[in-house]
Amino acid sequence: MAFPEILDARSLRQGIDGFVNQLVIDYADSLERLSQPLLTFLVSVEQLLRNSPWYLVIAVLAVIAWFGSRRWTLVVGVTLLMLFIGVIGQWDRGMQTLALMIVALIMCLIVGIPVGVLMSLSERFRKVALPILDVMQTMPSFVYLIPVVMLFGLGKVPALIATIVYAVPPLIRLTDLGIRLVDHSVMEAATAFGATRRQKLLGVQLPLALPNIMAGINQTTMMALSMVVVASMIGARGLGQEVLAGINRLEVGRGLLAGLAIVALAILFDRVTQAYGKRLQYPKQGDK
Amino acid sequence: MAKIDISGIYKIFGPNPKRHLQAVKKGLSKDDLLADSGHTLGLQDVNLSIEEGELFVIMGLSGSGKSTLIRHINRLIDPTSGSIRIDGENVLNLRQDELIQLRRHKMSMVFQRFALFPHKTVLDNVAYGLTVQGIDKKNARVIATDWLEQVGLQGFGDQHPHELSGGMQQRVGLARALATNPDILLMDEAFSALDPLIRKEMQDLLMKLQQQLHKTIVFITHDLDEALRLGNRIAILKDGALVQQGDPQDILLSPQTDYVADFVKDVNRGKVLKAHHVLAKPVSTLSTSTTVAKARDWMMRHGFDYATVLEGNYLKGIVTLSNLQAATQETLRESVSPVSSVLESADLESLMPRMIRDTAPIAVTTDTGEFVGWVSRSKVIRLISPAQAVDREASLTEPVE
Repeated sequence: MAFPEILDARSLRQGIDGFVNQLVIDYADSLERLSQPLLTFLVSVEQLLRNSPWYLVIAVLAVIAWFGSRRWTLVVGVTLLMLFIGVIGQWDRGMQTLALMIVALIMCLIVGIPVGVLMSLSERFRKVALPILDVMQTMPSFVYLIPVVMLFGLGKVPALIATIVYAVPPLIRLTDLGIRLVDHSVMEAATAFGATRRQKLLGVQLPLALPNIMAGINQTTMMALSMVVVASMIGARGLGQEVLAGINRLEVGRGLLAGLAIVALAILFDRVTQAYGKRLQYPKQGDK
Repeated sequence: MAKIDISGIYKIFGPNPKRHLQAVKKGLSKDDLLADSGHTLGLQDVNLSIEEGELFVIMGLSGSGKSTLIRHINRLIDPTSGSIRIDGENVLNLRQDELIQLRRHKMSMVFQRFALFPHKTVLDNVAYGLTVQGIDKKNARVIATDWLEQVGLQGFGDQHPHELSGGMQQRVGLARALATNPDILLMDEAFSALDPLIRKEMQDLLMKLQQQLHKTIVFITHDLDEALRLGNRIAILKDGALVQQGDPQDILLSPQTDYVADFVKDVNRGKVLKAHHVLAKPVSTLSTSTTVAKARDWMMRHGFDYATVLEGNYLKGIVTLSNLQAATQETLRESVSPVSSVLESADLESLMPRMIRDTAPIAVTTDTGEFVGWVSRSKVIRLISPAQAVDREASLTEPVE
């Protein structure tokens, strides 16, 4: 039986459309100008990665892997994964995707950690923020791709923004959780010694929440990578674009190779961030 | 003026404590309050004054409110009503920044579960209070190194807390609390989580440090033996109210309620009571420079068989009347016979074998050897013997007839 029509869905839709259209007319230009620095940043990271010799990029990643994990096996693994991306002919696109990931991750950190901290400090803010995070995580990304594209046009920036919206919630949640999980008695000790809120946050809560925050960074990175194909639909270049081309032209090989390169990047990010997170949990054990 | 003056503290936990305050002040009991309103009565009309330099023990079983009470002193918990004065200043009137200054400089705290910072090295843990004050890291570490040494942990500075045993962790906790050189040390069941041998060791360490530092220490415990061992004064808390306060001897020898009496019943009195509890002070003493004739007259006049002879404040020995009557020298010096002595801090248990072995008087002296009095055998027996407790119980039961 049909549900009785209470609201006129059509006029509701039209109302929303009208609102967004008005938004686009009023703000699209200024938003595009505002997002200019973001674009410049993304482009320069991309240029840097693509113009650097491949062995230098691998070497830098290997060094990062070493400082993150202090394990030779991981350094070797990272090197092999990067070589694999090169060998299957995905180096240049891989670098484009890597650049998008790095910039998206940095933006997620800038947004996610402060929001997570705020949530842990204010019960009220948390109550407002939690449902918003739920929506961000469950709303199909195509839905917000439309207004984002309308506002920013096709290109790198909307792809970046869509990636951030999709990927930032786990970092926010785990930052909040990490701070809340800090041992109550340790916080009491900090208070008893006359620490200010700021001293407690920077000196005790954040350092002790770091393993959880690292887990959040790990999750965020993984989710950002899973957005690569969707992001390429609105103009992000790189591996996702190749997968999309594979689908459009029904070329399995093209899609598979690019897909494998995405997997390689995912494993690389995952292992390095996880290893670093583990090392934070057991202070200094690896250093002796 | 008392160092810490707590007066009329009530603490009610729950969503709307103020509303139930009047009812509680009029005598609503803890259980009734909980049943009526779901509020928990934490403390009721607690009044304490703690003097500078004393080690004040607050004793009670779990749920008695002792941890709540100690947290009022540095305002980790605010009372529902009442006042807390430190050096005469009501800390409840302090602004947030003044309160932070008070916590940084005037007092520090040692916690039951140590509450060390797991991400910091032992040295940085000890330096924490100093770095929070804004002292630069290098100087803070120098001071912290010194305190680590004082608690017997030199060389452990670079380790992390989880690498140390419980006893060592609490030494770090103690060093952390002392490093800011506060007047007041708040110790919340500081040794309760440690096993008995380590606990004893930590008690000794605390007493040793206290002898040098003379801090005002508020010490929370649920262990009466610990309370009696450490405390200059003891307050006993039950269901958030004080039931008795006094020095250890008071608590042990004249418990004011059955609750306290129950507590002290099983205490090993011989361990708790010291030689200074069983002193008999000589009515008067003679000096080594007194002439024999004078001494003899004085003793005969008072009917003494023997008398105590001092040289300055130090015990020389005793002279007996018969000795003096046979004496040929001018002054007492040569007629004095030596006696054995014990320190005033010696416990009665260690005194007993000597008392049984021989009947000669035993003198009591300070650590530095100054004479304070004689061991009174009758006092020893009266204090140690459980007969007293039996008498008390007997007097409580009414005759049947």
